[in-house]
Amino acid sequence: MKKFTLSKPAKDRYITYGMLAVIALVVQLYITYGDASRSFKGLLVPTCVYILAAIALNLVVGISGELSLGQAGFMCIGAYVGSTFSVMTEELIASSALRFPLALLLGGMVAAVFGFLIGIPVLRLRGDYLAIVTLAFGEIIKSVFNNIYLSTDKNGLFFSIGVESKANHEFDAATQVDYIKGAMGISGTPRDSTFLICMVVIFIAMFVMLNFIDSKQGRAVMASRDNRIAAEAMGVNVTRAKMTAFVMSAFFAGVAGVLYSHNLNTLQASTFNYNLSIQILVFVVLGGMTKMRSVMIATIILYVLPEALRGFNLSNYRMLIYAIALIAMMLINNSAAIKRVREFLRAKFARNKNVGGEV
Amino acid sequence: MAILETNDLSIQFGGLKAVSHLDLKIEKGELYGLIGPNGAGKTTVFNMLTGVYQPTGGTIYLDGVCLNGKNPVEINKLGIARTFQNIRLFGKMSVLDNVRVGFGNSIKYSLLESFFHVGRYRKNEKVVTEKAIELLKVFDLDGEKDTLASNLPYGKQRKLEIARAMATNPKLLLLDEPAAGMNPNETAELMNTIRFVRDNFDMTILLIEHDMKLVGGICEKLTVLNFGTELAKGNTAEVLHDPRVITAYIGEDE
Repeated sequence: MKKFTLSKPAKDRYITYGMLAVIALVVQLYITYGDASRSFKGLLVPTCVYILAAIALNLVVGISGELSLGQAGFMCIGAYVGSTFSVMTEELIASSALRFPLALLLGGMVAAVFGFLIGIPVLRLRGDYLAIVTLAFGEIIKSVFNNIYLSTDKNGLFFSIGVESKANHEFDAATQVDYIKGAMGISGTPRDSTFLICMVVIFIAMFVMLNFIDSKQGRAVMASRDNRIAAEAMGVNVTRAKMTAFVMSAFFAGVAGVLYSHNLNTLQASTFNYNLSIQILVFVVLGGMTKMRSVMIATIILYVLPEALRGFNLSNYRMLIYAIALIAMMLINNSAAIKRVREFLRAKFARNKNVGGEV
Repeated sequence: MAILETNDLSIQFGGLKAVSHLDLKIEKGELYGLIGPNGAGKTTVFNMLTGVYQPTGGTIYLDGVCLNGKNPVEINKLGIARTFQNIRLFGKMSVLDNVRVGFGNSIKYSLLESFFHVGRYRKNEKVVTEKAIELLKVFDLDGEKDTLASNLPYGKQRKLEIARAMATNPKLLLLDEPAAGMNPNETAELMNTIRFVRDNFDMTILLIEHDMKLVGGICEKLTVLNFGTELAKGNTAEVLHDPRVITAYIGEDE
């Protein structure tokens, strides 16, 4: 009998896609036909942004086994590049259906270029250098963007880092337009990010990443993670493998940044601080660092929980409850009892399946 | 022509001469043993052959190609694959994926094709998966292809390492103490597997081993190392009865 079979990773992928589709559908129906509160609607895009940033970081932390503390830096680059592009071309490209994808791609690509430049020296080294360098990178990016000025007037484009040179510059006041205003950031970004677009982007990102993991390049990355010496002895170019994962991660973090910035009236670089990087890392670590799907679920729980608690009388205790949730998830992830339950369930399902196969 | 030839191979770590003036000559299809007491420098020889260490003197030729100055990845591509004394599997990957990593350089498709699983990806992945499962069958591991490598029992982990090395399609297979930690039954089974690999894949095998039953049972030729220098070499039976070798292993008869 000819039977249509899927490999184990393929089956796993379809479960993830199904889950994404169900979430997108249910939430979209709820905000269209249900009486979703304003705060609920306000949470949707940021949640998607964090999901995307977290699964992107999981490529580095979980799949490639390197610690990166600079996810906020890549998001910042994506956010600024995407926003500037959208603001500058808002009149040129009237249709947001065309402009926004371009902004997403551009933001992601610039972030990827930065990822590549950082990766060149760091990924050749063994050890925790990536963590140190990305930590510094995030801080540097934040400070640089805090001091960038970009304006145009009839004489052309003006760009400076630091406020002094702008103060000394003579603008043609009638035609002067400020795009990036230092610590004041960028304002007037078209609010193109909608929940549905975000879900589509997450879906595409998930599709690409999961496909990547189940390919020879993805296997090379995981082999380098599990045992560098053996990977080299099997002909795996470890530096290239890690670089691929790191640049992909930077790209999707950049895209997340673009989504984020197109949901805000005013974008400021100070948002993309160290805390944000750590918060995303927490999502990844408590998501178990292996499956993209678990990281996504952990992000939803850990991001939505403290926000949801704002609405209740418990709001004074919300960070306390958040902390308890963190500890609980950590224990659940690692407890022997839960592992036994999981093994038991797996064995049980496997047995049922075999019985079904024989009939 | 010999498939592997080293001339005057030496390495020095500071003042310590770990291996000196080693001449190895292994013909195609041979099962060659490298033995010697602990600390004799056997694994160091493997590390030089695979590019983990660069020799400080002498030359290594594989099938006429000089390996001096090449890194482990290049050497693997030229045709040397190895296993490790302390098992180095890709523990969090499935048994099947461990072997498929080995096939990585023999299949060609671009990153873009991996992202969308299109083009050459489909055909090549199908071929490589079939090849990998075939290889796992040889080592009786195909029943556990979805198990994580770190969850395999010890004996099977050793076998998986050999399977993974075979997947890189080597000309020369280096086995570093394949029977370490195995019980007599497992060792006997391993001997059959090694013989099978040699006969069916037309493989040349160089192995390090302490288990004399295994060495005597399957190796055709031996080189004995002691304190980094060659103590004896030749046919297995002669070498194992060489009084110098016996002395090196069990000490002087007072």
